[in-house]
Amino acid sequence: MSKKLETAHAGTLESSDAFVRVIPVDAKGIEIELESTVEEIYGDAIRALILETAMAMKVDGVKLIVQDKGALDYVIKARVQTAILRASSETQPNWSALS
Amino acid sequence: MKQKLRRSMLFVPGSNTGMVCNAFIYKPDTVMFDLEDSVALSEKDSARMMVFHALQHFTYKNIETAVRVNPLNSPFGLLDLEAVIRAGVDIIRLPKTDTVDDVLEMEQEIADIENRIGREKKTLLLAAIESALGVVNAVDIARCSKRMMGIALGAEDFVRDLHTQRTKEGLELMAARNQILLAARAAKIGAFDSVFSDVKDKEGFMHEVEYIKGLGFDGKSLINPTQIPWLHKAFEPRQKDINWAIEVLEAAKDAKERGLGVISLDGKMVDAPIILRAEWIIDLAKASGVLGEEQ
Amino acid sequence: MKDIEKQFKVEDLTSVNAPFFRAKEKAKGEDRRAKLCESIEEAIKRSGLKDGMTISFHHAFRGGDLLINNVMNVIAKMGFKNLRLASSSLASVHDPIVEHIKNGVVTEIYTSGLRSKLGEAISKGLMEKPVQIHSHGGRVHLIQSGELKIDVAFLGVPVCDAFGNANGYSGRSKCGSLGYAMIDAQYADYVVVLTESLEEYPNVPASLHQDQVDAVVLVDEVGDPSKIGAGETRMTTNPKELLLASHTAKLIEHSGLFKEGFSIQTGTGGASLATTVFLSEKMEEKGIHASFGLGGITGTMVYMLKRGLIKTLLDVQSFDEFAAKSLGENKNHIEISANEYANPSSKGASIKQLDIVVLSALEVDLDFNVNVITGSKGFLRGASGGHSDTAAEAKLSIIVAPLTRGRLPTVTKRVNTIVTPGSTVDVVVTDQGIAVNPKNVELKARLKKAGLQIVEMQELYERAIALCGEPAEIKYTDKVVAVIRYRDGSIIDVVRQLA
Repeated sequence: MSKKLETAHAGTLESSDAFVRVIPVDAKGIEIELESTVEEIYGDAIRALILETAMAMKVDGVKLIVQDKGALDYVIKARVQTAILRASSETQPNWSALS
Repeated sequence: MKQKLRRSMLFVPGSNTGMVCNAFIYKPDTVMFDLEDSVALSEKDSARMMVFHALQHFTYKNIETAVRVNPLNSPFGLLDLEAVIRAGVDIIRLPKTDTVDDVLEMEQEIADIENRIGREKKTLLLAAIESALGVVNAVDIARCSKRMMGIALGAEDFVRDLHTQRTKEGLELMAARNQILLAARAAKIGAFDSVFSDVKDKEGFMHEVEYIKGLGFDGKSLINPTQIPWLHKAFEPRQKDINWAIEVLEAAKDAKERGLGVISLDGKMVDAPIILRAEWIIDLAKASGVLGEEQ
Repeated sequence: MKDIEKQFKVEDLTSVNAPFFRAKEKAKGEDRRAKLCESIEEAIKRSGLKDGMTISFHHAFRGGDLLINNVMNVIAKMGFKNLRLASSSLASVHDPIVEHIKNGVVTEIYTSGLRSKLGEAISKGLMEKPVQIHSHGGRVHLIQSGELKIDVAFLGVPVCDAFGNANGYSGRSKCGSLGYAMIDAQYADYVVVLTESLEEYPNVPASLHQDQVDAVVLVDEVGDPSKIGAGETRMTTNPKELLLASHTAKLIEHSGLFKEGFSIQTGTGGASLATTVFLSEKMEEKGIHASFGLGGITGTMVYMLKRGLIKTLLDVQSFDEFAAKSLGENKNHIEISANEYANPSSKGASIKQLDIVVLSALEVDLDFNVNVITGSKGFLRGASGGHSDTAAEAKLSIIVAPLTRGRLPTVTKRVNTIVTPGSTVDVVVTDQGIAVNPKNVELKARLKKAGLQIVEMQELYERAIALCGEPAEIKYTDKVVAVIRYRDGSIIDVVRQLA
């Protein structure tokens, strides 16, 4: 993704959902901050999913703050993707890269 | 062709994560994700993304899916279409359909997307009739596209257009219901009734269901999963009809095995529409849980 | 009379070793209010409580209990140490016990349940000695077998007279049945009744009796009436709970046991209440009546009693104010003790006459074992209750649980903790299919024929994992923080400290 990122967010703090914030940072790479109601048994898996999703969208220099309320994987993915698309002001998503 | 059961079409707002993740457990005949009226303008993109993923999730693989998209003349309509057709939706529910052109325009866009992404299975169309103009044009709308699988009444907008409001008796919907049903049957497609919004009023709901079932409707749109078992109960076939259907199908099987061209039951000839009807009753009985696996 | 000795020959006296009668000078009636104590502190002093002894409580006030914390505070202030706390169960409201453990006042616990911060703290290794988790029936067994000898029982009640006749179905903080307290009143060496109001003698019919009670204390309040009811008492509108309930009611209908005179026990919670409602509809439709409803009694069961759908309620614990009130008003609503309810070594526990029980679960595994004590993350956060008792004895034990709770799978490869062994579980109902224990061949065929969605437990497990993902192993240390005692006193599992 070539466009410069803005701060953006997506999702809710309701049960079974996730609230994702995208914050551009000066450093390279993707930093993830996760707070999850299922941290003990799914924390690592969720961090891996967030990273994979963000990398597939080719973002860089970004911090993702995710508050997870026990969301299923596809919900977390949808929230991360929406937040990143919003952050990059992208209105025509490349769907084949998102599934 | 064997007719699919479509008694219940459960509306699921694309912006309601809990509902999106759980709707399949209630086993409606069709799940209808909504990207239109129930989704705020600021959440059109997030709801679209959520539905895009839900449609591809294994929990929706064995259930018919529909999506109500935003109108093509809005900034969201085409984006919705692209996302959900890629995700494998079975049916596109058109928003407010007034004329044949509304359908043809949508059909063209769908065909373009299908070609572009190489989707072979044709996406079906369900038109929502929500205005006086739509009701007047219902006959043409119902038969203008091979993709059209049914037409549905959207009562809330329709009564506003008529300058009246909904009542329990439903007299204000009488003309529209009859017209939509006739148009659907003439085109040999499905006819679906509008939602019943008062979730607490089981009696009123059952009354309406008995009425529209009597008219000949295939089913109804629903907004709350609680209504699904009530609706299915109302559509449960009577034991007498089930017994008849079993006899018809046995007679048909018997005739086939013996290589007979003509099927007869109790001296009366059984033709194709009767067999279809019998199959439909057996499907209903199985779906209603009044016929176990053995039979 | 003085020379009574002279009236007998010596050989007449050899058969008994009793002293001869001596007339007392004391005025009659002097002691009529002698059991009354000025304060909790006075009652504790009179009881002769010492360090290292066992004190007990009952849990009929559930989340509304104010008594345990109050008495514990007094005991702590008086400087007692090393006590064994034996409450029939403990709720979230009892979190302050954490402090008493830290201060060495309480060093051992026997209970049916542990929740909230107390459960978490113990899971993290707060106590030296592991907590003993027992079932409701198993508690009576442990008491009778001598392992759990109660020195002083502190029993809260809404009303009592000065002589110790108490009940739970009247007064301000109605808790209904005193089925658990009845055991402590019978077996404890010293029995203190703490009451919100003093009635004129005799306060009858009484649940705790004058001949069991040593001391009576009038206190400001024993419970918070608004919190005594266990959760929701109205019909749920949650569609998932309604779905589970309709599956369960249909299962019961086609179980082969749904006929005139059947008996049933259900629990609290939306799905359980709704099951009773749906079942009532089927009973009315088919003209079937139940002979009795058992266990924890809810308002819906009372409604069925009033409608004549159930003939008798046997109530060990009243789950809401409707049940509590009905216990005092309806002659067919009967209070029973935990011994009559569920003790495996009792001469007669009602569960041995029970047809159907509907139970919940935190986790169920591939072998049908059920966990109702630790959550998916390994914390102590539940209660054994009557789960293993009823599952073992009822003709049909039905576990009802959603396949997943949010992202937490309910069906697992192996439950974190076994409370109820799979061999006693007959059916597991989830929102995504019903699994029948393979030993119930006939039942499985019946339910299939009825059109219920019967699946293998393995399928439910795979589905749960497909939805939630494979959970990471919870990390424990070697230290045992709780021992799960089966109803006969044997050890069925242990809970280890979270790493």
